[in-house]
Amino acid sequence: MDFSLTEEQQLLKDSVDRFVRENYEFEDRRKLAGSGDGYSVDNWMQMAELGWLAVALPEEYGGIGGGATETMVIMEGFGRGLVLEPFFATVVLGANLILQAGSDAQKEDLLPKLAEGNLKLCFAYAERQARFDLNDVETMAEKSGDGFTINGAKGVVFGAAAADKIVVAARTSGDTRDTNGITLFLMDSDAAGVTRRDYVTNDALRASEITFENVSVGPNAVLGDVDGGYSVVERVAEFAIAALCAEAVGCMDVLKEETNEYIKTREQFGQPIGKFQVLQHRMVDILINCEEARSMAYVATAMMDSDDAEERARSVAAAKAQIGKSARFVGQNSIQMHGGMGMTDELKVGHYFKRLTMIDLTFGDRDHHTKRFATMT
Amino acid sequence: MDLNYSAEHAIFQDEVRTFIQENLPRDLGEKRRRGLKIEKDDVYRWHRTLFEKGWIAPNWPIEFGGCAWDPVRRYIFDEELASAHCPPLSPFGLAMVGPVIYTFGNDEQKKRYLPKILSGEEFWCQGYSEPGAGSDLASLQTKAERIGDHYKVNGQKTWTSYAQWADQIFCLVRTSSNGKLQEGISFLLIDMQSPGVEVNPIVTMDGGTEVNNTYFDNVKVPIENLVGEENKGWTYAKFLLGNERSSIAQVGHSKAQLRRLKDMAKEEKLGGQPIFEDPDFRKSIAELEIKLKSLEFTELRFLMADTQGEGPGAEVSMLKIRGTEIQQELTELSMKVVGIYAHPYVPESLDYGWNEDPVGPELAAGLSPQYFNVRKTSIYGGSNEIQKNIMAKMVLGL
Repeated sequence: MDFSLTEEQQLLKDSVDRFVRENYEFEDRRKLAGSGDGYSVDNWMQMAELGWLAVALPEEYGGIGGGATETMVIMEGFGRGLVLEPFFATVVLGANLILQAGSDAQKEDLLPKLAEGNLKLCFAYAERQARFDLNDVETMAEKSGDGFTINGAKGVVFGAAAADKIVVAARTSGDTRDTNGITLFLMDSDAAGVTRRDYVTNDALRASEITFENVSVGPNAVLGDVDGGYSVVERVAEFAIAALCAEAVGCMDVLKEETNEYIKTREQFGQPIGKFQVLQHRMVDILINCEEARSMAYVATAMMDSDDAEERARSVAAAKAQIGKSARFVGQNSIQMHGGMGMTDELKVGHYFKRLTMIDLTFGDRDHHTKRFATMT
Repeated sequence: MDLNYSAEHAIFQDEVRTFIQENLPRDLGEKRRRGLKIEKDDVYRWHRTLFEKGWIAPNWPIEFGGCAWDPVRRYIFDEELASAHCPPLSPFGLAMVGPVIYTFGNDEQKKRYLPKILSGEEFWCQGYSEPGAGSDLASLQTKAERIGDHYKVNGQKTWTSYAQWADQIFCLVRTSSNGKLQEGISFLLIDMQSPGVEVNPIVTMDGGTEVNNTYFDNVKVPIENLVGEENKGWTYAKFLLGNERSSIAQVGHSKAQLRRLKDMAKEEKLGGQPIFEDPDFRKSIAELEIKLKSLEFTELRFLMADTQGEGPGAEVSMLKIRGTEIQQELTELSMKVVGIYAHPYVPESLDYGWNEDPVGPELAAGLSPQYFNVRKTSIYGGSNEIQKNIMAKMVLGL
């Protein structure tokens, strides 16, 4: 058993931390969040140069041959800085979808471009009635000629406005909630019949509602097997959850540090408020929650390469449930201990609290994963 | 023991319900129900409606223009207003400074201020907290120096809610640095139009701008604006805070929110069924409803004790603690009902008259901001930690 990083991974961590220090001063982030695209193209190209966009790709596609641990290191660092670039959409979701399901030709065509920073992806999987169930897909893809015609609507597609291509989960057979009969399609963002409604999210990211109206795609648009997309979606969701857990750990650590510092320096009744036992105990509970979250984020990451699908799914569900619980406690109490200042847009803490709240509501919240875990026990 | 309203109270309840049905402007009810942005004019319109009916000040004595209703009537009134989604009235005049003025003020002050509080002609805001004086309110530093026939006021107040709407502010100011901190505080009424008063909004994490920093730079305030005695302001401040703590429980509003939560849970799906049918979710709602019912009857017990002449004691702090916890849990659960649609931030859709399609469920846009916003409730009006200190000391003698 070993929880330490290799020398290369440590170097990667140092480099991510340096990037965040240099590019994510809080006021710089605020400006970026309010800008048109909501992220920086320069930052994106820098990430490409540093090899981060290809972090989990095999060397033959321009990657550095890393895996889940390297992704975790990057996401934790990004969590500390509340990084806005669409890394999650393009690299964690997009690259993994291609890697898991793509043909050799698709991989050779797309992955090197993605690694160089010249291709951004997004994944349109969620639908309103589905809540957090990945198998609940109403969007239809009907056979027409040798291709398909797609109709339907997807909600809260992260990074869609920035993306060059969209991966869509659509139903090619079966009923709305069947696991069989889901197929993944890859299409250009500006394909005829694709309409996007873009918005900012509560945590300053960008997402979109996307409707597909008689969108025609050829046979080459299919990513993976017809009707066999669900297992890919599930697998990619596991990577996504492991990455979100790491990001949340980064966010929580910042809240822990900021709050601890605040209660040491904020004076009321003639002493730092951190001298009051009720706040000391709460601060200790924050620390414990951070450690529990980190442990479970490691578990999720370490299980990514496991072939034991059942144990992997259990671990991921457990990790996401624990992260949701810890994030809520750490977030709410960091605001509370900052008092009125914690409520302001000016201070960092509210922004981290909002991101943590939204992480819980991405790829299934604490309730969803606790319930899943219960069925797998 | 009897949990039912008397016949007289039941008739009163009908009367209030009918009045609201016939007089609440549709757009106002709609705004409140959907959690849309409420403007000053909305509050004013509803204020005027109740004023003209003679129902604007349920707890004030009749001689000052109030209704002097018994606590059960007041409770019924608040409950009916909240349940019909009436816009909230500004509490700073009616619930806070008004009672201070008619209890501790002189005749001139009663004549000058009370009628305009009742009519809605003057809006008020509260100058208590300062950057260095939050939970430790008595350490406040805003200074009022007596010079001839006026005070010269210098300092900064913070978290002044709706200062941007206010004509008047009631302030705790330091008039003496001798003795205990509490013994050098005075209660001063200040015209917001006075030269030297400046209001700057504070943006909160939900994107709102309802709180402000209010600055006083050599503001001249006539000495007749001092309420009661100089250096006795702490007594009046505590009197006011006691009233604030009980009104902060917000049972009626929470009951309305609970109904809205159930309605949403019947619309949104989980596992192909309405989320309301999910046993775990049902249990969460049930637990919250039981907590709310417990609060409701605790508040009613305290109100009834009040009618029997036992004034509200430090126990009211528990209404503030539980009331705010419930508001926070309600907004959290409401946000969770819409699942992924908690993500979009579409503030323009919270303006009345915005007529594009909603992003996701109709009410979704307001839910996450509301969850973020009500984190303040366990902080303001004396943080919940401070309320527990008060109870430990005053109720339990610890």
